[in-house]
Amino acid sequence: MSEFFTLTVLTSTVASGIRLATPFLLASLGETLGQRSGVLNLGVDGIMLLSAFGAYYTVLETGNLWLAVLVAVLLGALMGLVTAVVSVTLRAQQGISGIGVYLFGLGLSDLLFQKLVGTPVPVATFPTVEIPLLSQIPTIGEMFFSANLIVYVAFLLVPALAFVLNRTTYGTKVRAVGENPAAVDSVGLGVGRIRYSTVIVGSALAGMAGAALSIQLGIFQQNLTQGMGFIAVALVYFGAWRPVGVMAGSLLYGLVAATVLTWKTLGIIPESASDLAAMAPAVLTVLALVVVARRVRQPAALAQPFVRGG
Amino acid sequence: MKDGMFRWARIAALVAVLAIVAAACGDDAEPADGGEATGGTTTEATGTTPAEPSEPLQVALIAPSATNDLAFTQSMFDALNLLADAENLEIAVSDNLFVVEDAATAIRTYASDGYDLVIAHGSQYGGSVEEIAAEFPEVSFAWGTAGDTFGLPNVYAYQAASDEGGYVQGVLAAGLTESKIIGVVGPIEVGDAQLYVDGFKAGVEATDPSVSVKVNYTGSFSDVALAAEAARSFVAADSDVMTGSAQMVVGAIGVASENDVAWFGTQSNQTSLAPEIVVASQVYHWEVVLQQIIDGIQAGALGGESYTIDLANGGEVIEYNDAFAVPEDVKTNADAAIEGLTSGSIETGVTLVS
Repeated sequence: MSEFFTLTVLTSTVASGIRLATPFLLASLGETLGQRSGVLNLGVDGIMLLSAFGAYYTVLETGNLWLAVLVAVLLGALMGLVTAVVSVTLRAQQGISGIGVYLFGLGLSDLLFQKLVGTPVPVATFPTVEIPLLSQIPTIGEMFFSANLIVYVAFLLVPALAFVLNRTTYGTKVRAVGENPAAVDSVGLGVGRIRYSTVIVGSALAGMAGAALSIQLGIFQQNLTQGMGFIAVALVYFGAWRPVGVMAGSLLYGLVAATVLTWKTLGIIPESASDLAAMAPAVLTVLALVVVARRVRQPAALAQPFVRGG
Repeated sequence: MKDGMFRWARIAALVAVLAIVAAACGDDAEPADGGEATGGTTTEATGTTPAEPSEPLQVALIAPSATNDLAFTQSMFDALNLLADAENLEIAVSDNLFVVEDAATAIRTYASDGYDLVIAHGSQYGGSVEEIAAEFPEVSFAWGTAGDTFGLPNVYAYQAASDEGGYVQGVLAAGLTESKIIGVVGPIEVGDAQLYVDGFKAGVEATDPSVSVKVNYTGSFSDVALAAEAARSFVAADSDVMTGSAQMVVGAIGVASENDVAWFGTQSNQTSLAPEIVVASQVYHWEVVLQQIIDGIQAGALGGESYTIDLANGGEVIEYNDAFAVPEDVKTNADAAIEGLTSGSIETGVTLVS
């Protein structure tokens, strides 16, 4: 165990945890925005998959990483538009329609991968960006200020989203629509328009999460996300619909997963117990979720389609 | 009126969405051709011409991952295609069936459709094969990697002595490492992956006991991100040689390539993923056992036998990457290990499942 508490190992474990947390963070921030307006989007994983493939294929064809992120974000937004049409305009049951979007993303990303690529081909990954001065700080610098740009973007989005939700007129409208859409409608504000905007922007962030995953790895494979999108939805509940809480949940998940991997590498967890240990991040997050969810109230109109006069 | 129109528009939109989902998730009607056909059920009529006198042997392959995964499924898919012409095989493939219940449905469907041989390529399919094979005594089933035919006369079992190739690659790895620390990324500690890892450790130990082999079973056959981070943890621990088994290792190979760490592949040749760092791959040639199974069926024996591919029967081959320069003495040691394992003078000490 003493091997774990060395600076080198701790530094690499924290850096690994942050990398693992990044796709969760981006996806769950997007889901937070949607849920605060009352829309539950269970299609996050499918959106991530389609965008992950879009980003991967763009890099494969053009070599341009930022164009790839843009493609992923636009694909996410497009999927968000589809989700909004089904959930907001057509007022479909949001849990079921979300599963439909997930299956669509899962199937289409696989189909496109097989037709356009076939055998996995590695592509370029995001380069590491060292923040001047901050990256020079011993240990801390390597842990937090020596990562790829999309990691910084993800963590900067936390205060940005918190600001939008809590300090802007738009944020007030979003929260109001999530709590009492009838009241918002009665003062002449468009409930549907606000929900469309949150679902599209939220899905665009899920798209960025997909890009973060495939370009961080430099590869795409069928079902690359392995259900990350569903964990991201759970992390929104864990984070009590607050960006900072969602970030805490994402970091907890990523850091526990990274710690388990490091302990296996160091032999602290024996090979015979490794399968059991692999469940640790999910188990811990579910336990924490149970504790948190009992204390916090969800948006009153969450998952309820708005019907004027209904 | 408006409400009525709106209701119809809603129904039409839902039907459209469902149709798109069905189209995306549905069958891929194009024939399998060695790398194109995945994501559902495909049928390939190969090796047959109008002049063929005999009926083709209908073979169905059910597999957990894609036929171009550069690993477990591809090794069997390639072997079937290799025999297709010579043995007049008509091949149908259902891949990406990681969920056992879905695979069981496919196995049952092929059996009831009258296929001659149904191959359930995954040790997780054993329970389904045992149950379904008993219901279709006229159909031959094969499953692996495993050694158990369940006492049924229409079930063949096949497995790979992957510990042998693992042992040889362990000998090579021990000769190449300078840091004396080697990392192994595994999926779950079972079956073929466990055999390979244990054989690899035995090869390292036999060559240089001072080398430390660190093993990290991530708990998943398909989580690429976890495999990549496991590889990073080995890089942080100063590993300069790595290996791994199962389809999620593409993530680990990327990390190895990024950090200039030598890599040993298994199941299929993984050189194309990182030509600059892949030293060699243990490649499965399932055609060795498939030939025995097909010969058995044609002779009227639908099962009851268990077959193994190994270095001696040519079912396992160490394929070097010509672009990676392996020192002559290291290669000589590996050749000696192959010879010893083939002749029986060397044993890996790892036990195959009976």
